[in-house]
Amino acid sequence: MATPLLEVEGLRVEFRTRDGVAHVLNGVDYHVDAGETLAVLGESGSGKSVTANTVMGILESPPGVVTGGSVRYRGEELLTAAPARRRELRGEHIAMIFQDALSALNPVFTVGFQIGEQLRTRRGMSRRDAEKRAVELLDLVGIPGAKQRVRDHPHQFSGGMRQRVMIAMSLALDPDVLIADEPTTALDVTVQAQIMDLLADIQAERHMGLILITHDLGVVAEVADRIAVMYAGRIVEHADVHSLYANPCHPYTRALLESIPRVDTKGTSLSAISGLPPSLTRIPPGCPFHPRCPMAAERCTEELPPLAVLPSGRSSACLFAEELVAG
Amino acid sequence: MSAPNLSVPILEVDDLVKHFPVQTGIVLKRTVGHVRAVDGVSFALHKGETLGVVGESGCGKSTLAQVLMRLEPPTSGRVRFHGEDVFAKRGRELQALRRSIQIVLQDPYTSLNPRMTVGDIVGEPFDIHPDVAPKGERRKKVQDLLDVVGLNPEHINRYPHQFSGGQRQRIGIARALALKPEVIICDEPVSALDVSIQAQVMNLLDELQREFGLSYLFIAHDLSVVRHLSDRVAVMYLGKIVEIGTEEEIYGRPSHPYTQALLSAVPVPDPAVRAARARIRLTGDVPSPVNPPSGCRFRTRCWKATEICEVEEPELVTRGAGHHPSACHHAEEQTLLPST
Repeated sequence: MATPLLEVEGLRVEFRTRDGVAHVLNGVDYHVDAGETLAVLGESGSGKSVTANTVMGILESPPGVVTGGSVRYRGEELLTAAPARRRELRGEHIAMIFQDALSALNPVFTVGFQIGEQLRTRRGMSRRDAEKRAVELLDLVGIPGAKQRVRDHPHQFSGGMRQRVMIAMSLALDPDVLIADEPTTALDVTVQAQIMDLLADIQAERHMGLILITHDLGVVAEVADRIAVMYAGRIVEHADVHSLYANPCHPYTRALLESIPRVDTKGTSLSAISGLPPSLTRIPPGCPFHPRCPMAAERCTEELPPLAVLPSGRSSACLFAEELVAG
Repeated sequence: MSAPNLSVPILEVDDLVKHFPVQTGIVLKRTVGHVRAVDGVSFALHKGETLGVVGESGCGKSTLAQVLMRLEPPTSGRVRFHGEDVFAKRGRELQALRRSIQIVLQDPYTSLNPRMTVGDIVGEPFDIHPDVAPKGERRKKVQDLLDVVGLNPEHINRYPHQFSGGQRQRIGIARALALKPEVIICDEPVSALDVSIQAQVMNLLDELQREFGLSYLFIAHDLSVVRHLSDRVAVMYLGKIVEIGTEEEIYGRPSHPYTQALLSAVPVPDPAVRAARARIRLTGDVPSPVNPPSGCRFRTRCWKATEICEVEEPELVTRGAGHHPSACHHAEEQTLLPST
């Protein structure tokens, strides 16, 4: 098998706080190839953003400590790489966009200056050339009147336009991997559709690997090629988008799909998942989902099910995965 | 869902307007314009019914909730509760009215006082309305309420920070139920919650409605959530209702271009239909409510806009072959969501 573009393997992260050690990531595996979209799906606290921050090398430390695993870009280990090398990769090869564009952008500089900053420091461009390139990038992400707006400050843009500015900024150095952390969560639905279309177009055009982090099962169904579902700091299911929605092979994924209201049907009653996600300082023994799982058996309280590959190429971290596949 | 009684309107809203002045100057304030947050909204809410109000941020749906709660005075218009003018009430009468209309707020983290115990929060309505529960019975009443919303009655002495987001929202619901209201205004009650918790709270709202015969005005931006809970739905854009009808009419045969665009933008959690769906992509952003476009407010983003849209404001009426009121000169029913 060819080396994947970006690969995360067995990643473990702890947050050491005054109240004890929170096991935030407990062995995360995923990979993304050029030209494909991997969706990382999970609720708040499942570890999806921490994984992304660790990949980018912007994990806050302390309290975050990487205790194991590996992150490889084109086969090159990142966790042990020299800080200078990591800086080089950041932005240039792996770029990231965040949920809240207003707090991710600096309010005192013009957007043109902020987009151009990378070009000046990394590519040694002059101020004028960098601004020219910034105009092109703003144009590319569909900001009308880019030439005038390049001198505007972030607060002069609407939420959707700010997210476009951030996308433009992430594209400045032509990265191969783009990590989008909840890029549309703060946006209205009509604007969300615009931004998702833009991301899909850019990704197809540049043949980038896109990691889309989200909690929205609808957004995932519209854009993803593959999905990794996270729960309590682990991937619990991994499959291509069609098989995952047609036949979820982990009780958590199954329960999630049954618990969301859908716009295309009225539905009668939602089957809610009982209980709460576990506290990361006290993850239950065995399968972390067992206290909320309708299928839980004795074994589930003792054995931690590994993320096992099933015959169809998908994987699931459930002891009963094979029964679930059979339906 | 229990069948709502459509013959008895509990709450009638008639041409309600709320403008906020935009002022400049520090000492000598000068009004330079008005934010037309709610600009002529009319609807009726019936007994046992859920009326969903959807719209994007800035469309005036939360201002509407605040005016209905009498937290903000209206600029003009009338609201009648059981036929009586809500804004004419003062003193004791107003207090009695407040008992009947309660609100559940969006953010369960900021809407509960962190220094009060759950018992104090849920029991506070009884301090203001002492005739509802005599002093000796209050603790018992609060525990009953906690039980009704699915919280452990023994947790009455805990503080809000000891609860999760979903549980806090249940506390907010218990507080709203304390005075046995007839109408509960739900302002984005589940949007701050995780997906797996959302369903629990939505099911709770549904059960409570059946048990107590409540009427809900359910305000949300999430079209899927609104569809799930509502009997009828009103779509708002820039301070006006652009389309109103039953859940089936709005989602199955929307006739206003804005509703159609909204529905086509909502992601459907089914990858099998993604290629087949009709897509309408709006360009640009919502115009400023300080200076809304002339005529139809949606015309600047509408693909159907013609000359008439610029000069004449379309009324919210049933047109031609339509089945429900729509504020568009070119209203035409269209099916956008894949049927399953």
